[in-house]
Parts: sequence; structure tokens; C-alpha cells
Amino acid sequence: MSTTTLHEVTAITRVAPAADRRIPLSRLVRVELRKMADTRSGMWLLIGLAAITLAIVAIYYVTGEESERTFTHFMAATLGPQGFLLPVLGILLVTSEWSQRTGLVSFTLVPLRGRVLAAKVVAGLLAGTAAIVLSIGLAALATVVSGTPHGFAELGLVQLGKFAILQLTGVLQGLAFGLLFLSSAPAIVSYFVFPTALNIVGSLWAPLGHIQPWIDLWASQAPLFEVSNLSDQQWVQIGTSNLIWVVLPFVVGLARVMRVEVK
Amino acid sequence: MITVHHVTKQYGAHTAVDDVSFAARPGRVTGFLGPNGAGKSTTMRVIVGLTPPTSGEVLVAGKRYRDMANPGLCVGVLLDASAQHAGRTGREILTIGTETMGLPKGRVDELLERVSLSPIEARRRLRDYSLGMRQRLGIAHALLGDPSILILDEPANGLDPAGIHWMRGLLRDYAASGGTVLLSSHLLHEVEVIADDLVLIGHGRIVAQGTKDELLRTGGTYVEAEQRLPLLHALDAAGIPATTSGDGLRSDAEPRQVGAVAAANGITLDQLRPAEGAGLEELFLQLTADTQREGAVA
Repeated sequence: MSTTTLHEVTAITRVAPAADRRIPLSRLVRVELRKMADTRSGMWLLIGLAAITLAIVAIYYVTGEESERTFTHFMAATLGPQGFLLPVLGILLVTSEWSQRTGLVSFTLVPLRGRVLAAKVVAGLLAGTAAIVLSIGLAALATVVSGTPHGFAELGLVQLGKFAILQLTGVLQGLAFGLLFLSSAPAIVSYFVFPTALNIVGSLWAPLGHIQPWIDLWASQAPLFEVSNLSDQQWVQIGTSNLIWVVLPFVVGLARVMRVEVK
Repeated sequence: MITVHHVTKQYGAHTAVDDVSFAARPGRVTGFLGPNGAGKSTTMRVIVGLTPPTSGEVLVAGKRYRDMANPGLCVGVLLDASAQHAGRTGREILTIGTETMGLPKGRVDELLERVSLSPIEARRRLRDYSLGMRQRLGIAHALLGDPSILILDEPANGLDPAGIHWMRGLLRDYAASGGTVLLSSHLLHEVEVIADDLVLIGHGRIVAQGTKDELLRTGGTYVEAEQRLPLLHALDAAGIPATTSGDGLRSDAEPRQVGAVAAANGITLDQLRPAEGAGLEELFLQLTADTQREGAVA
């Protein structure tokens, strides 16, 4: 073997990506998805999400009225429990960089923090979509097994779209609260306490009760669980309440994270 | 090459880093020395863009760090070996770095071997790692992208003597092959052995910088005698200023002059030697004495 070939062999095995080529967002998304599942806590959260979906469909199959064993009913049953865990997944996606201090490494490898956060948003939405797909699969299976006549009658893109909005805004709200607090416990507690408090106060105090559907995410999104179509006003209310509970905390948190010192 | 230009970082009224300028050059190990809380870590975070400076600028390989497209391939960074998810395995931590930088998977095994972490150790989770193992893993992580610049904050912390010896060899080889190493420490002996250039920082300010040889060529004399005070007075009478230092005295005069005064006064000496024999530690303590936190000098 001549020295030239030896040199070539070394050159080929040592091939490394160019340092001046920007890391593609798709790769950052893959890394974020990996980070979601590569710890015990992360893995259990995903397993829990799948298990609770399966359990709810099974329970509904056993306890639900025969006529109600339709695709949309099975599907709607999974939304609540999933909607509980998906925001937590979103929160942890952000806060683990601070609570576990991995941000020190993540933001050193990718100095434009917005790109890391964009990858987290995409990864979170993909996880949310996977959860919806799982619900669709299990709900369809349960409907077929039930053999309910016209079990898929109410199924339509609009209906699936409503479910998707519910779950994906949940993930986004989790991400937003994670960004706002940068710490798991306060973010999770706030996520559950503030909307509940607003809900209770709104039901007791009339002046607030009047504007509640405009500012209360739970109130405005409740119709999304239903089969009926939403009015234009209801859609606008979903918009305004998401503006308050998702967009606003996201923007405030993002602005802070872009400038904050990572220690 | 790393160049730090007039970097200042203020937290409210407190100035953590005060107009710091220095350079770390290729082919050399630059030791960044200072007592705890002197501003070493803050400066290093400013270098890699984690902490925005109040003023000043840093260039790494001629660029601002945040303008680097894939910095891991150019700069290896280890700021805190424990700043990793405690629930991830060592192997997984390196795999995430490899994937982020877009490197072939085989890189993980190469680096695990290079830092002597066994396959079994690599499968354990970080929370079960000793500090020494975390440092090895952190150094492996910093070397993943085969960078030409290394930035390491207190990498010797937690390493056993064999580990320190190993790291010293690794960094020497790295610099010898043209790499730039910036290494912070409060372990003076460690840095004294390994560094070519030194930057000494105290209370956020640079108190001395230069090559190790320049900084150690301070001249003067260190002398010990049982009759220390009479010797001090005799030197004073002879017009040679001296100060107490440890168990002995320090003077800017030559050893020969000090010896002559002692002989003329019949004082028996226990030690008489050029002051640089005391090494960097004396220089370090001297330069940072007024900024030293109490009890931090151990």
C-alpha cells in the first residue's frame, strides 16, 4: 500500500462536517426528540401518556353506553387525560435545560438560542401529534371492536382538527409556561392553579363571568370537546384566550431566555 | 486563538469582571488563575456567549462565538462537568453531542476510550458518576468535534493524582499539536506545571499576565533564619528593605547581599535562595492577597 492511499483512507475516515455549515433545524429537532425519551423520567412520561390513552379507551369501552361507543366519543375520552400530561411534557422540555443545567451545553453547541427553542417547539408538536395519532388508532380499534352502527358517522376533518387544536395548544402552553418560569415546579403548579383559580372566580363573580369565555382557556376550549360546530364568536374566544395563556407567556418567556445568563 | 477585549460584566452595582483583556494563543496552554469568586467562570461564560457582557467583545478563532455555525467543531468547552442531566448515561450524553454536531456515531467510542471510561461505566447514569468521572466525560464531550480550541473551567477538580497526570499529558499534547488551551484553576501547582502563559485575576481585575517565565522572573531573595527579627533589623540598617513572608523574609536584593549582611551580623541562616524558588504560589498570593476571600487560601 502506498502512502498516498493510506493518506486517502485517513482522509475518508476522518471526514467531518464543515464547521461553517449551520446545524440544520431538522437535526436539532431529532436531538430534542431523543432528549425527550433518553432519561427514565422522560421515558415514563411517554409511557404514561400511551398507557393512560389505552386505559381510558378500555374503560370507556367497558363502561360507556352501547350507543355512545362511537369513534368521536372514544377519541374525546382520551383528550382530558392526555391534555393533562402533554403540557407537562412541554414544560419539562424547556425547564430541564435549567433544572438539570444542560442549557450550559445545549446553548454552547448552538449559540443562537432561538434555534434550540424552535427545535423544542417542533419536537413538542410532533410528540403532541403522535399522541393524537395514538388516540385515533385506539379509538378506531375500539369502535370497530364495538361494532356500533354508524360508529364513524361523526368523524370528519373538522372534528379531528378540533381535537388537534386542543392537544397542540396544550403542548404550546406547557412550553410557554416552561419558558416563563424556567423551573419545573413553579411552571407545573402555575399551569394548573392559575386557570383553575380563574375558572372558580369567574363562576362566583358575575362581572368576570361575563367575559370569562374570552379570557379563560378552559371555558373557551370546552366546545372543542363537543361534536357540535363552533360559532364564529366561539372561535374568536378560543383565539383571545390562547393569546392570553399561550402567546403572551411564550413571548415574555422567549424574550427573557434570549437575554438571560445561562449558568 | 481567543481574544478578550475589555470585557466588563456588572451585576447591579457589583462588578464581577472589570475591563478584562487577554489572549490565548495557538500551540500554548494559557492558565487562567484566580481565587474563588475572582471572575474566572463569568469571563469564560462571556467567551462562549452564555453570559452577555456589559461591555467589551470576545473573538474566538476570529469570530464572535454566537456567529459560529457549528461551534462544537471549532471550540471544545467544559464549564461544569456536573451540568448534565443526572438521569442520562455517559454514553447518551456524548451521543447527544455527536448528533448535534453531525458527527459519525463511532466518535463516541473513540472518545470514551480516549478518556479511559469503560463501556460499563459509560452505561451508568451521570448521577452515579464521581466528580473525577464527570470531568473525564466532560473532557470527552469537549473533544468530540476535534476542535482546535479548548476552554476548560477547573477541569482538574475532583481528579485523582493519576487523573491529573493524565489530563496534564493530554493538554500538553493538544497544545503541542497546535491547539489553543484556556484552562482556569485555583490549583496553582497544577497550572504552574502545565501552562505556558498565565493570566492572573483577582476581584474581577487582571492583576498580572504574561508568559510563565516572565512572571516567575521576579528576582529577589527568600531567606529563613531563627533570628528572623534581628535579621530584618540588620537588613534594614544596611538599607535593604525586606518583608516577612511565610517563615522567612523576602527582599528584592540579591541572595549574595542578604547573605553578606547576615554574615556581618553573625546571624545563622537556615535557608537562602532566589525568591522564584517559591514559585507561582507566592506570586499568586502576593498579587491577590488584598482581594482574597478569607479562608479561601487553603
